[in-house]
Amino acid sequence: MSSEAAKFLATALAIGLGALGPGIGIGIIGGKAAEAIGRNPEAQGAVQTNMILAIAFAEAVAIYALVVSLIIKFV
Amino acid sequence: MPEISIKAEPLFKIAGFPVTNSLFTSFIVFLLFLLLGIIYSKQAKVKKKSKLVLFVNFLLKTIYQLFESILKEKTVIFFPVFGAFFLYILLNNWFGLLPGIGSLLINRSPIFRGNNADLNATISLAIIAFILIQANGIRYLGGKGYLKKFFNISNPINFFVGILETISEFSKIISFSFRLFGNIFAGEVLITIIAFLIPVLVTFPFLILEVFVGLIQALVFSMLSAVFLNVAISHH
Repeated sequence: MSSEAAKFLATALAIGLGALGPGIGIGIIGGKAAEAIGRNPEAQGAVQTNMILAIAFAEAVAIYALVVSLIIKFV
Repeated sequence: MPEISIKAEPLFKIAGFPVTNSLFTSFIVFLLFLLLGIIYSKQAKVKKKSKLVLFVNFLLKTIYQLFESILKEKTVIFFPVFGAFFLYILLNNWFGLLPGIGSLLINRSPIFRGNNADLNATISLAIIAFILIQANGIRYLGGKGYLKKFFNISNPINFFVGILETISEFSKIISFSFRLFGNIFAGEVLITIIAFLIPVLVTFPFLILEVFVGLIQALVFSMLSAVFLNVAISHH
């Protein structure tokens, strides 16, 4: 396999596999947050703030994978 | 195929120091921010407040309430720093979406480039946040009290937890900088590629997504540093 082909493959795999975990994670976080608001609608402000924070943490991992794939492609 | 480079391209040199296009853009945003501050402070002294003053007051109050839920009674002390982080990162992110940023070229490299799409800028913001958190931790808990969180030799388990805490402190710099850089740079690349593939109209939803992402990333950076500061200041 030529190095060019390996680079393309690496770029695609890096972001493709790297987005699996965070996708599932964000889904779980959102689901639990919706459940919590459903059980206690008065706590919506606090639950929403914590949810956004947790989603940012989970998304950061997907962004690390994206940065690796961009570095492989463009550097 | 449009030229996309992770490094910001230098435009000119000031006394041997190369000024890149993203540094140049950050100068412009800084001047805009300064101008906004000067206009606000002039108009806020008048009895009958103008619409700009009312709007900025509303904005600042909302952000203050956001930080109050995290920092409780210390918000008064730290709000200038975190409000500045939030507004500066937000202005930089949104400025990178204006028409002309990234598309006006001077020998095949853009004249302007959103500042947070440059790893240098985000690493410097992350280092500022890191130093802020450590210095305030030492200021509130005392040097020895703060170091006890990391070097706890009462227990072998606590010793390992201390080492993990130290590593996690340094990894915060990496995570802060790469989160912001990755989001903004990937957004730029996305819009460039989409505009290259279908030059008409299709970039519109992606621009709206980037406006939203810019807001969220500014929010997350400042709120996360507030949360870490709270953890570093609090006892036990």
